[in-house]
Amino acid sequence: MKLPIYMDNHATTPVDPRVFKAMTPYLTNVFGNAASRNHSFGWEAEEAVDRARKQVADLIGATPKEIVFTSGATESDNLALKGVAQMYAEKGNHIITAATEHKAILDTCKRLEKEGYRVTYLPVQQNGLVDVDQLKAAITDKTILISVMHANNEIGVLQPVREIGRIAHENGVLFHSDGTQAVGKVPVNVLADNIDLLSISAHKMYGPKGVGALYVRRRNPRVQLTAQMDGGGHERGMRSGTLNVPGIVGLGEACGIAQTEMAEEAKRLSYLRDKLKDRLLASLDEVYINGTMEHRLPNNLNISFAYVEGESLLMGINDVAVSSGSACTSATLEPSYVLKALGAGDDLAHSSIRFGLGRFNTEEEVDYVAEKVIDVVKKLRELSPLYEMFKEGVDLTKVQWTAH
Amino acid sequence: MYSNKVIDHYNNPRNVGTLDKNDPNVGTGMVGAPECGDVMKLQVKVNPETGVIEDAKFKTFGCGSAIASSSLATEWLRGKTVEEALAIKNTDIVNELSLPPVKIHCSVLAEDAIKAAIENYKSKSRPRVPEQAHV
Repeated sequence: MKLPIYMDNHATTPVDPRVFKAMTPYLTNVFGNAASRNHSFGWEAEEAVDRARKQVADLIGATPKEIVFTSGATESDNLALKGVAQMYAEKGNHIITAATEHKAILDTCKRLEKEGYRVTYLPVQQNGLVDVDQLKAAITDKTILISVMHANNEIGVLQPVREIGRIAHENGVLFHSDGTQAVGKVPVNVLADNIDLLSISAHKMYGPKGVGALYVRRRNPRVQLTAQMDGGGHERGMRSGTLNVPGIVGLGEACGIAQTEMAEEAKRLSYLRDKLKDRLLASLDEVYINGTMEHRLPNNLNISFAYVEGESLLMGINDVAVSSGSACTSATLEPSYVLKALGAGDDLAHSSIRFGLGRFNTEEEVDYVAEKVIDVVKKLRELSPLYEMFKEGVDLTKVQWTAH
Repeated sequence: MYSNKVIDHYNNPRNVGTLDKNDPNVGTGMVGAPECGDVMKLQVKVNPETGVIEDAKFKTFGCGSAIASSSLATEWLRGKTVEEALAIKNTDIVNELSLPPVKIHCSVLAEDAIKAAIENYKSKSRPRVPEQAHV
């Protein structure tokens, strides 16, 4: 077993060697511009892009013409939200999203608010899921778009997208979903799930960084977007800019691999994830799982070790790459807004660790990580005044703290 | 990200533990809040004859720098008089541990914990006027 162990696959994933192999010719000999229509260099590049477009479309139940290549999911989210908001401005100015969305959605919504749009940020329930009745109640005759992510990047919960999409369509509202964490990990089908726009990222599914896609529905309803990038009119005018051919080939290959291996991989990863969870729960008290286990990515575990601060825990397991919702690990010095939205309390947000298992993690690694985490949590609890008070029966919520 | 001294205190924290908070010679300071991500408990045991701190213990919930700051504080407190202890400044801790700007609040918290522990000790040894009036 090689150290350090990478278990932060929600942040990014390594490129699968098969993906790298598929990309290599397009980084070297086959370098043409896919928009060059009058020589073989261009045709070869275009062929490769077309093949990738079909691989992406097949994975999500779309047609190739509905795939717009972008630089990644952040751009896809921006294009979807701003593009719809501007295109449908005459129809309405109201957007509905959820409090636990990625910043690429939330900050785009904030920008739109400054431009005069109205945005409803739905709270989530304690299990991390949007309440569909609340969603229904939020729809007005000015609502043009609902944007709810498929899988959450911190707690891995799967939103009821199919139901949300159905509600959107019943009300004549477009439905965008940020599929960054879900596509390639769990089945996503834009037809069955009633999705009109879907953001996809390559580097979360063993593809390269810097490339992604936006699915834009062409029928029932036909979705139109105002382009956010002006230029040569690539991607049917929706996204100008010379196509990143090697990146797109990599995204396509990553989708192709996911198509054939996703079911097996999900089974393997959920076994490893559950083993990790069960070991931690069996050996430690006062451990809390954030978000429902029932509707969740197979590779995600987000867990709070009460009375232990997240960054100090990361420091103790420094040969394991995971992330924490603790403020001390973030640039803003604010604990995770996602965990806060669950109503878990800031103290549990500070104590949280996100494990993101991936294609290349082994059972041996999971065993090592479980033992290591258990050791360090026990050690830090011996250091923790809060754990001592808890053991003495002190109700920590009743203590007068000196906030600073 | 962490200096070697911080890592050393994190791996081998000095003087972890708890003194009897009901002992009249023990002063207890607890500062910070769980929702802010750090709580320090620092205790001193003072020789009432000499005013010298004979023992110091800590427990800290917080990041590695917070643990190191309070561990270092207990090292420095031992053998100092109460008055000397009050002269410890957070900047001394910052310099000793080479804390980066984002971790300065950890040193501030440690200084606050020292002051709170000594204040608690002093409040115990101070004659309680109203109680004496009843005697």
